[in-house]
Amino acid sequence: MNSKVTDRIATFIFYLIAATIVTVLVGLLGYIIFHGFSKLNLEFLTSPSSSFRAGGGIGNQLFNSFYILFLTMVFTIPLGLGGGIYMAEYARPGKLTNAIRTCIEVLASLPSIVIGMFGLLMFVNLTGWGYSILGGALALTVFNLPVMVRVCEDALRTVQRDQKEASLALGITHWHTIKTVLLPAAFPSILTGAILASGRVFGEAAALLFTAGLTTPTLDFANWNPFDSTSPLNVFRPAETLAVHIWAVNTQGLIPDVREVADGSSAVLIISVLIFNLLARWIGSVVHRKITASK
Amino acid sequence: MTASQRLLKKSNKSALQMEMRGKSIVLISALIIISATIAITIFLGTKGLQAFFNNGVSIYEFLTSTNWNPTNAESPAYGALPFIIGSFAVTILSALIAAPLGIGGAIFMTEIAPSWGKKILQPVIELLVGIPSVVYGFIGLSVLVPFLRDTVGGQGFSLLAGMIVLSIMILPTVTSIATDAMSSLPKGLRESSYAIGATRWQTIWRVLIPAAMPTLLTAVVLGMARAFGEALAVQMVIGNVRTLPSAITDPSATLTTIITLNMGHTTFGSVENNVLWSLALILLAMSFIFIILIRYLSSRRQF
Repeated sequence: MNSKVTDRIATFIFYLIAATIVTVLVGLLGYIIFHGFSKLNLEFLTSPSSSFRAGGGIGNQLFNSFYILFLTMVFTIPLGLGGGIYMAEYARPGKLTNAIRTCIEVLASLPSIVIGMFGLLMFVNLTGWGYSILGGALALTVFNLPVMVRVCEDALRTVQRDQKEASLALGITHWHTIKTVLLPAAFPSILTGAILASGRVFGEAAALLFTAGLTTPTLDFANWNPFDSTSPLNVFRPAETLAVHIWAVNTQGLIPDVREVADGSSAVLIISVLIFNLLARWIGSVVHRKITASK
Repeated sequence: MTASQRLLKKSNKSALQMEMRGKSIVLISALIIISATIAITIFLGTKGLQAFFNNGVSIYEFLTSTNWNPTNAESPAYGALPFIIGSFAVTILSALIAAPLGIGGAIFMTEIAPSWGKKILQPVIELLVGIPSVVYGFIGLSVLVPFLRDTVGGQGFSLLAGMIVLSIMILPTVTSIATDAMSSLPKGLRESSYAIGATRWQTIWRVLIPAAMPTLLTAVVLGMARAFGEALAVQMVIGNVRTLPSAITDPSATLTTIITLNMGHTTFGSVENNVLWSLALILLAMSFIFIILIRYLSSRRQF
């Protein structure tokens, strides 16, 4: 075969591959949003779910998802930032740095179900908390930490060296330079990375099956005492999140309207992830414009 | 607060103290990462070995027997081979689909249509990463399984369904790393190949792909690591039977799906429960193997 003909055929195949990938995404998003959108209404989004009757909503699950996400970020952002600063600024090539890097790699590659099982041992059984929001958030912290460390390290490394050197040349200490020069300059990328990581945490289910559990007690949204068992704020109560709910109704659900609930919940999940994505880009560029001189 | 205020604000502690304090805070964060990793390994290791050392399950039977019946009161059997094979089968099969698609997409973005191809495919890949795995499973369950039931026959719940769902899930992982690999190749490679009269396809196939091979393999291995550990999406479409599949359209089970299904139904500390932890130990061991493989591949990287 003529090499020019082969080249044409190959080019055509590459176009076909690209088109396939785009079609898959459009198909997936289109299917979910098309099917789920009609189910979305205020009632569905706010009413509690039902375990055997039709017509349940996802109010509690939605709240749980955001609450666990919030707690996870409260733990991961400082730890990830600390780890990232250490790796970008203090780590010298050597055994310790190598060990930390290997650990980050291991943590990042662990399947989320393994992290969920570790959470079951550590935060459910060993601590005696049982299935709890706190256990779920801590398991997700383990799951999210390597991502956060990498985001912070990369953000700090991409800050112009001149800025750091200028600050150090003025006689300002290393830590003070990190705090006052490097962190503000890296802030937009860290924020973008954190929001993207939030999207990942929001959709995670396997790590929560065995830590936050498959049930939610009847919640009383007027009760804001965090120590009360019906209070939504209580961190020691079990909490089923939205992603877990989709899995649970599909595999062990008894409700007759499984399809409707699953369609609606998937649409909410997908739309939330899309919002996290757009927000990350938008906030990233706005903050970047605000705190730097660039247009 | 202006920059000069930020920089020159007087602190009542000495600069050295502040320096030490800051350094120890970040060092502690780094040490927490190490301790979490060690804790996971030790906890899952000891728990996963209990079935063999405390309950007397034979390791040999566990790894080689195809008879899994831990709840049988008279003669419980703990052969995990069908799940080990199931895990490897879906992983390898999905990599066989995702690798050409992902690498092809990467080449499309870097070699065929770098200007607009990247603008379209890049966000597509990012969005595909963001779709939660339960949603993949749900679409698999509500679209793919009925479709397979009607077209290829059987129940629809099958190795094939698991492989299709997984290959879409690992596609973005493969594509994004392969794109990095292709775009970091030195420009001279392409130019010298074109200069001696090679077509674009010849350049890609004979020069660029071999040059980027170690990183491309890393991309595929990372995708496989993800596929091996994926639980819920596969569990929803694979059928979860205890027997070995004889065809690709047969239902099957993987290590992760058996753990997900049975963990909640067994009492903590019982033999049935402990063998599930042994399955998790295999998952843990596999992710270490994947890391070793990736390290080996990246040490062979030329560019």
